[in-house]
Amino acid sequence: MRLTCPLCGQRDRREFYYYGSEDYLNRPAPDADPEAWDHYLHLRDNPAGVTKDLWYHELGCAQWLLVTRNTVTHEVLETALVADRKGAAR
Amino acid sequence: MRYSGLQVLKEGLFGNKGWTPAWRNPDPKPAYDAIIIGGGGHGLSTAYYLARNHGLRNIAVLEKGYLGSGNVGRNTTIVRANYFMPGNSEFYSHSLKLWEKLEGELNYNVMHSQRGQVVLFHSDGQRDLAARRGNAIVNQGDDAEFMSREDLREEFPYLDYEQTRFPIYGGLMQRRAGTARHDAVAWGYARAADRLGVDLIQNCEVTGIDVEAGRVVGVQTTRGAIKAAKVGIVVAGRSSQVAAMAGLKLPIESHVMQAFVTEGLKPVIDSVISFGMGHFYISQSDKGGLVFGGDLDFYASYAARGNLPMLEHVMEAGMTLMPMIGRAKILRSWGGIMDMTPDGSPIIDKTHIDGLFLDAGWNYGGFKAVPASGWCMAHLMATGQSHDVAARFRLDRFRLGQIIDEEGAGSQHNLH
Repeated sequence: MRLTCPLCGQRDRREFYYYGSEDYLNRPAPDADPEAWDHYLHLRDNPAGVTKDLWYHELGCAQWLLVTRNTVTHEVLETALVADRKGAAR
Repeated sequence: MRYSGLQVLKEGLFGNKGWTPAWRNPDPKPAYDAIIIGGGGHGLSTAYYLARNHGLRNIAVLEKGYLGSGNVGRNTTIVRANYFMPGNSEFYSHSLKLWEKLEGELNYNVMHSQRGQVVLFHSDGQRDLAARRGNAIVNQGDDAEFMSREDLREEFPYLDYEQTRFPIYGGLMQRRAGTARHDAVAWGYARAADRLGVDLIQNCEVTGIDVEAGRVVGVQTTRGAIKAAKVGIVVAGRSSQVAAMAGLKLPIESHVMQAFVTEGLKPVIDSVISFGMGHFYISQSDKGGLVFGGDLDFYASYAARGNLPMLEHVMEAGMTLMPMIGRAKILRSWGGIMDMTPDGSPIIDKTHIDGLFLDAGWNYGGFKAVPASGWCMAHLMATGQSHDVAARFRLDRFRLGQIIDEEGAGSQHNLH
């Protein structure tokens, strides 16, 4: 599998560290109730099909990527920088 | 028909014309007392123990493909009880005891072979951990044997002890561990359950779970609606999809893990050997093939096939440990869909819907658990109470912080 980093181009899967579902981008407020943290940390849609997950370009530009891909076919549909998301911290 | 040596002899003399199918192939009835979704190892053993231990006879197992078409036929067949954490320790101990009586009980040859498993250690820290783990296993009532490098050399002369990167310091051996013929476990449970009257319904995919006023009342399938007051979800890698039919979101992420087998060779590896510094464990099947596996590919996947980086890692680890296998040709590789929980331990529990039960999260270790998983799931479905040895496998343990983190890696999806 190869991922296309928006900054570095198409790169080998081994350059990337897989973090998990995009749920990790929606961190609850520090005083949120335990259920919100349970959802954030543990509960997953886990789709068989198109999913969005976070990959870190560890051996490249050190950017976090939001990858849209198919978990059944391993097809990568889209890659984007997490930093480019609307409202992302600069 | 009861299988026996005499039967084989008799059939041999009369042209093998008397053998009958090992189980019936019934159409689904409109209603059952209990339905198990999933005809793999865990689902079939759940159905068997529901009938055998709890006297339920009006049961169906619904399988979307053919019996045993999932992970029970895709694993590396290792059976062991060398767990450390409370929760896991007593559960796998119970499972190994069931394995030891399984063939007689099922009247089926599952080729259970207690050939021993040794987990190697390669540093002082790992040695301390192995000693501690060994003591925990002995305290649990199972066997563990601490082997020095000299002990190992005598029994496994072909390992590369002097490698500069990961020299072998010793190993923790469990003699009662071993392997079994994976498909035969599914077939054995299927046949035994069928003989107790359980309906095994194949090519029957569940497409919906019917819930009324917080109670499960039945399921929708590709072969029509079926009513039942008790439904067990036992579908491994597909747990999230089936649970979603009842509005449940699970602490599970499905990953791919690969395994490999070589061409058939003469007998050379007579135990199960696990490398302590890389993802590699190996045994030799009775057919002669070297069967070995690695770790997850480490990203969510339902593809049931892996990628090349992990394949390369496994081969490197194997060559580091036992260079003698370098000339063996790989016959095939395959991947299974692992239902990974954040802490790497399973779930056998009720859900918030009355009558709906969940047996899932077997991670990369479901095969050895097949007997005890069915035993405990059946106990839960029949009595409504968790079995003592599975009481810690709670669905809500992540929210409660009562995790069972066998690897000491943490409780997060990308750590196991």
